[in-house]
Amino acid sequence: MKQTITQKIIARHVGKKELRVGEFVEAKVDIALANDVTAPLAIEKFEKVGAKKVFAQNKIALVMDHFTPNKDIDAAGQVKKVREFAKKYKIKHYYEGGNCGVEHALLPELGVVRPGYIVIGADSHTCTYGALGAFSTGMGSTDLAAIFATGLVWLKVPPTILFRCNGKFSKWVTGKDLILHIIGLIGVEGANYRAMEFGGDAVGELTMADRFTVANMAIEAGGENGIFHVDKTTLAYGKNLWKKPDIYFSDPDADYERILDIDVSKIEPTVSLPHLPSNTVPVSKIKKIFIDQVVIGSCTNGRIEDLRQAASVLKNRKTNPNVRLLIMPATPKIYAAALKEGLLKIFMDANAIISPPTCGPCLGGHMGILAEGERCVATTNRNFVGRMGHPRSEVYLVSPYVAAACAIKGYIVHPEEM
Amino acid sequence: MLIKGRVHKYGNNINTDEIIPARYLNTTDPAKLARHCLEDLDKDFVKKVKKGDILVVGKNFGCGSSREHAVVSIKASGISAIIAESYARIFFRNAINTGLPVFILKNTSEIKTGDIVEIDADNGILRNKTGNKKFSIDPIPKFIEKIIDAGGLINYVRKKKVSKN
Repeated sequence: MKQTITQKIIARHVGKKELRVGEFVEAKVDIALANDVTAPLAIEKFEKVGAKKVFAQNKIALVMDHFTPNKDIDAAGQVKKVREFAKKYKIKHYYEGGNCGVEHALLPELGVVRPGYIVIGADSHTCTYGALGAFSTGMGSTDLAAIFATGLVWLKVPPTILFRCNGKFSKWVTGKDLILHIIGLIGVEGANYRAMEFGGDAVGELTMADRFTVANMAIEAGGENGIFHVDKTTLAYGKNLWKKPDIYFSDPDADYERILDIDVSKIEPTVSLPHLPSNTVPVSKIKKIFIDQVVIGSCTNGRIEDLRQAASVLKNRKTNPNVRLLIMPATPKIYAAALKEGLLKIFMDANAIISPPTCGPCLGGHMGILAEGERCVATTNRNFVGRMGHPRSEVYLVSPYVAAACAIKGYIVHPEEM
Repeated sequence: MLIKGRVHKYGNNINTDEIIPARYLNTTDPAKLARHCLEDLDKDFVKKVKKGDILVVGKNFGCGSSREHAVVSIKASGISAIIAESYARIFFRNAINTGLPVFILKNTSEIKTGDIVEIDADNGILRNKTGNKKFSIDPIPKFIEKIIDAGGLINYVRKKKVSKN
């Protein structure tokens, strides 16, 4: 049977050579992840299972990133509960405070998630790690509790949609524009219950940061996972992080449910208008939409490459006086690199606010909430009603280049117009 | 299983940010989460909803975040079941895992707010008592039925294999 990379990884984790699409299986989990929002609920459920131990102390990652630095007493209480759990059960990968970053940037950076793994996270953007050639998907707290106890997860083997990307990317076009374009093409439900596999020559040109961005937003098309093959870029990224990765490839004539050919040379810098990620239009088609805030960061676009792109536009320029520009390096390591490379100086000279690593404003948690009627351009992943604050505020999703250009002009603009 | 209740009807792509905004995710207390159920979609929902009512919606219900708080909030608001044209994957899992009855009806356009509907889960039938119409709902896969029969995933796991090492 000809199989996709997704089928092969799942098959390996149930001890089989191959699996049919649609089969229900119980698979072994390599990393189970939860954060300060979802872990407390998972812990409550875990305690109901009655297990004396977790399935493996080194295979659970708890990242206290959503409301960090703790926004209020309740949020602090949630973290305290997780910290005590981590101590009691001797969880190896517990991250809080100064060693904590946005989970989906932090765990790859530390080598905790690797090619060929099955990673299940109580966070919908867990699909990010598919960039490394892993099967990685988001679930709820109860699923996580069950994994904490047994190390197993139930899965229905998903059919795969192949996005065959060819052509050359134009200037200013990034992985963010590619994935926004794809979500616009297939809609927010277009890949529900499906694997999204990204292939073609153009994919080989993408940096790891771009691949993380693309895989990260698979969920915004409903995708169960977004996945790339391991290539020399992946291996270079992992050189000091892991040895002998578990590498799988889709068979050339694997049984894809659907193949979509994407000519990336036709993609322009793209924006998702409120209130769905699928409401995409090329930035060049947008008439002046004035804005109040710009957010650059998050698990989608908070990596050093993203900050470099923003800095290249912001250098020797000032943020528009009507705009608050927030920049959030996604991890302490990225923050330190941005400092060393002089990016933070560029941001400060541009009157940006530099925030500690946090999910904060992306989900309307804290640190950058919008008032009624305010508009925000963001490099984050969702623009649902009320996502960043008041139900009548608006979020526009873009790449770091576009976000930086908007911060300077005060309205939505193509970076070429700088 | 027979579930009967009054309908609250909403549209497509209702996401977890509308079901329970992240600003309220600093707690896991069902009562607190219920106070803000569907707040950014319809701020009067919590005033209107009564115990046993049924939520009827369009496509892709529960898309977005993995927050199980969305299911907790809906259950604690009094809603006894959801009927949708389709569900986002994670929400569907969360509902099954925690015992919130969720059903799929291909077209919900003939059901409106205020209707009284009856779900006959065993026979896969939904009756709209108000319009006196009958619809067939999608059957539940056998594997998922095992989890429902156990009373949710935690009970299913407890019965099966808990790590003994």
